[in-house]
Amino acid sequence: MKNCLVVDDSRVIRKVACRILQDLKFATAEAEDGLEALTACRAKMPELILLDWNMPNMNGIEFLKTLRRERDGERPIVVFCTTENDVAHITEALGAGANEYIMKPFDRGIIEAKLAEVGLA
Amino acid sequence: MTEDDFFFLAQLVRRRSGLILPANKARFVTGQLGPVARRFGFRSVDGLIAELRHGRESLARAVTEAMTTNESSFFRDKAAFDHFRHIVLPRLVEDRAKTKRLRIWCAACAAGQEPYSIAMLLDDAKLAAQGWSIDLIATDISAEMIARGEEGLYTHFEVQRGLAIRRLVAHFTQEGDNWRIGESLRRMVSFRQFNLLDSYGWLDDLDVVFCRNVLMYFDAKTKVSVLDKIAEILLPEGALLLGHTESVRGLSDVFVAIDDAPMLFVKGKAAAQRLTATG
Repeated sequence: MKNCLVVDDSRVIRKVACRILQDLKFATAEAEDGLEALTACRAKMPELILLDWNMPNMNGIEFLKTLRRERDGERPIVVFCTTENDVAHITEALGAGANEYIMKPFDRGIIEAKLAEVGLA
Repeated sequence: MTEDDFFFLAQLVRRRSGLILPANKARFVTGQLGPVARRFGFRSVDGLIAELRHGRESLARAVTEAMTTNESSFFRDKAAFDHFRHIVLPRLVEDRAKTKRLRIWCAACAAGQEPYSIAMLLDDAKLAAQGWSIDLIATDISAEMIARGEEGLYTHFEVQRGLAIRRLVAHFTQEGDNWRIGESLRRMVSFRQFNLLDSYGWLDDLDVVFCRNVLMYFDAKTKVSVLDKIAEILLPEGALLLGHTESVRGLSDVFVAIDDAPMLFVKGKAAAQRLTATG
């Protein structure tokens, strides 16, 4: 079973995403912001990270840039999942090392499709 | 809806489009007819059916279109597109090196996701830049779907199913919450309303036909007829791509399945042997 870290400051979004990912046979863990996510990754690098953009303490893009510099930090597949739905943000995310990008609102079909894109479905 | 009404409707739709409406789909049918009834000013579906019995052409056409399934997505059944990219296209590029001409038909294109997916693969291959002339013809029985394909505007949800984010950024422009296909891909596709039961005379010398997730709604006789007509308009060694639940088995002796490439069929045993050998 593959591990997914869901990083989002909304408890509701984390809950919805985790339920979908568990249905898709992922073991899930949660983090409320980038700093918490970084701590989790340093303890155990997940295969997949579902990442919000706007969060307190450390936002998604700062987290991603930091993660990619960490030891084994290039390994996780990072899928942004955010309301920042414009081309500039998408381009910035891809430039920082994101593998895929989900524009909120999302549903199970979108998560499944995006996981297929990154070879995790 | 009475049993008699359903039978009448099923006959009408079958005669006009080949689509089979099983008796257990009565609820679906009623649901699909609601918007048509409102559009034509009927208070109920029963009123619509009563009028339909008088043979009103515009209503019969609208009802038939409403019965079609328009579910689609970009790169639906990714393996089919992988077969096109890795098996069919390289062979065609080799075979047509002199004429530099390709003709591809999407027989049931819904809102255009399939032809635009093919256009993206052709764009990847950079054939136009090398002087190739490509006809990418997209048809559907539904005028509404053809209009949508021509418009090339997709919702936030539609562009997130099957389309990698890099392709979205490369080939679409954002319009509010929607995304519009880029002009260069839009110009590659010629859309036209077409009923698969009609004459295929205007279609000829095709290299590839995508006829995916359509045959499954037809009875055996119609499937045979459609496959026969496709075989006639495909060039020798042409390729046919079907949906993942569809096959030519027991329906056509012309098309041969390719080993390890489900959904891909080619015209003639020689073509199949060649693809298997080069595999």
